[in-house]
Amino acid sequence: MNDYILETKDLGISFGGLKAAQNVNIKIKKNQIYGLIGPNGAGKTTIFNLLTGVYKPTTGTFFLDGEEICGLSQEKINHKGIARTFQNIRLFNNMTVVRNVMVGLHNDPAFKCTVWESFLRLPRHFKSEKAMRERAKELLKIFDLDDERNNYACNLPYGKQRKLEIARALATNPKLLLLDEPAAGMNPHETEDLEKTVRFIRDEFDLTVLLIEHDMKFVAGLCDELTVLNFGTVLAEGDTRTALQDPEVIRAYIGG
Amino acid sequence: MNISNLLDCSVMSGGGASFGDKLADIGRELITIIINGLSVGGIYAMIALGYTMVYGIAKMLNFAHGDIIMVGAYAIYVVMLISNPIVAILCSIVVCILMGVLIEKVAYKPLRGASPLAVLITAIGVSYLLQSLAQIIFGSDPKFVVVYDFGAINILGVRIQVFTLVTLAVTVVVMVALTLFVKMTRIGRAMIAVSEDKGAAQLMGINVNNIITVTFAIGSSLAAVAGLFYLLKAPTVSNTLGAMPGIKAFTAAVIGGIGSIPGAMLGGLLLGFVECIAAKITVIAPYTDAIEFSILIIILLVRPTGFLGKKRREKV
Repeated sequence: MNDYILETKDLGISFGGLKAAQNVNIKIKKNQIYGLIGPNGAGKTTIFNLLTGVYKPTTGTFFLDGEEICGLSQEKINHKGIARTFQNIRLFNNMTVVRNVMVGLHNDPAFKCTVWESFLRLPRHFKSEKAMRERAKELLKIFDLDDERNNYACNLPYGKQRKLEIARALATNPKLLLLDEPAAGMNPHETEDLEKTVRFIRDEFDLTVLLIEHDMKFVAGLCDELTVLNFGTVLAEGDTRTALQDPEVIRAYIGG
Repeated sequence: MNISNLLDCSVMSGGGASFGDKLADIGRELITIIINGLSVGGIYAMIALGYTMVYGIAKMLNFAHGDIIMVGAYAIYVVMLISNPIVAILCSIVVCILMGVLIEKVAYKPLRGASPLAVLITAIGVSYLLQSLAQIIFGSDPKFVVVYDFGAINILGVRIQVFTLVTLAVTVVVMVALTLFVKMTRIGRAMIAVSEDKGAAQLMGINVNNIITVTFAIGSSLAAVAGLFYLLKAPTVSNTLGAMPGIKAFTAAVIGGIGSIPGAMLGGLLLGFVECIAAKITVIAPYTDAIEFSILIIILLVRPTGFLGKKRREKV
């Protein structure tokens, strides 16, 4: 058994001369809700892109539950158990809400069905498709989206789109869920709801959450530990309260 | 060359010259045009379905699609030398699928993420490569091959080649099957996801490379069927066989709204009708191609997304 669900070792990437991230070491314990914060351009989303295989790191590596998965393709990393949401929402806009989630369930062995069974409409197609739809509905219910399930994703209001992204990511059955600014654009009431929801899914799905967020109240309320990035390097890490009061961190945020 | 130059049905005009007879002649002429239009249009639609399928999912224009038809026609020619039509057709489909998937793996896959222009130029290169290879292997003289003679029937005094009806029926069935495949199966759902956002689909665990391979396999098998239709209509194979029908079908796909399956069908039939009507009117017959491409230009000016294409939303 590993102590850490995610462990990065000297993770770094440079684009030409720009070192977007360097020597980033993050250790996240199982079932933790862990924060990744920092001023704009600090390299937070870059870290997410490294962890999901969108970018290949120039230095270092990372482990998921003790297994080195760095260098695998994006879909393999997802199969290993990392799922994410996006800072700029990337739903399948011309698909309905429920079908968005069903895409996330595509590889779930519980709903196995071959192309031929599906095309020839054999009984297993209907059975697995129905089970898949039910599962998708369950996931949507968590986010109060089950009434919207037949609407097109692009017609949902912004806050609901963010929630749908989380539902779709959850559908891939991850061990580690990466949330990129989940509270962006939400009002204080919605943010409060989201806080509860994140805790709920952590417990319900037995997963670990790594989140990027600019809303410090939200971060302080949810994360017990965090890492602060600035100019691609780790500025501070550890206990949330201590890190947020670090003069270096305050200086990085306020400037000067 | 226009496919419609080889007419599949012709009016058997009687000797009488009364008003009623003339009216009947006009009626038969109309039926002739309709049947010819449907038949030519069916071939264009079949090719256009392949174009639109690959464009819709992989977001690339596979300009070598027309030449895969040529490969399929040569496959039929070769197998027909030693075996029967059924085996030849099946072999042709297999050869086309393998060829399509091979082209995708060798030429297009390394360019995933490159600019669309680079992929487009590569596709044109692949097109010429196939034509030249065929010329090296089979020589430049056309090969004659009769796949199967369906014969002809009489409808209302008009002689109709049965294969025109077969062509049309198969095309409609394929269109419906493709639509159902994309809309109602799980892999179809994954295809739509890939077409909307490759990156997001991949991060949701969809194997984008597999999906694109399947798309190319489907597109190429349609090309094989189109090759068969072509041979039924014009029983000669040459290395440039696929070039003009390929471009015409591309035009049809764009007119119908590229990426849209019913759009490809609509565009194909429309182009088929235009071609047959123009071929009937002596004054404009030499300008048939020009008329067809002019329609493309007008449609692009008036409705850039084609008849059934989705309006593209500007990303802010």
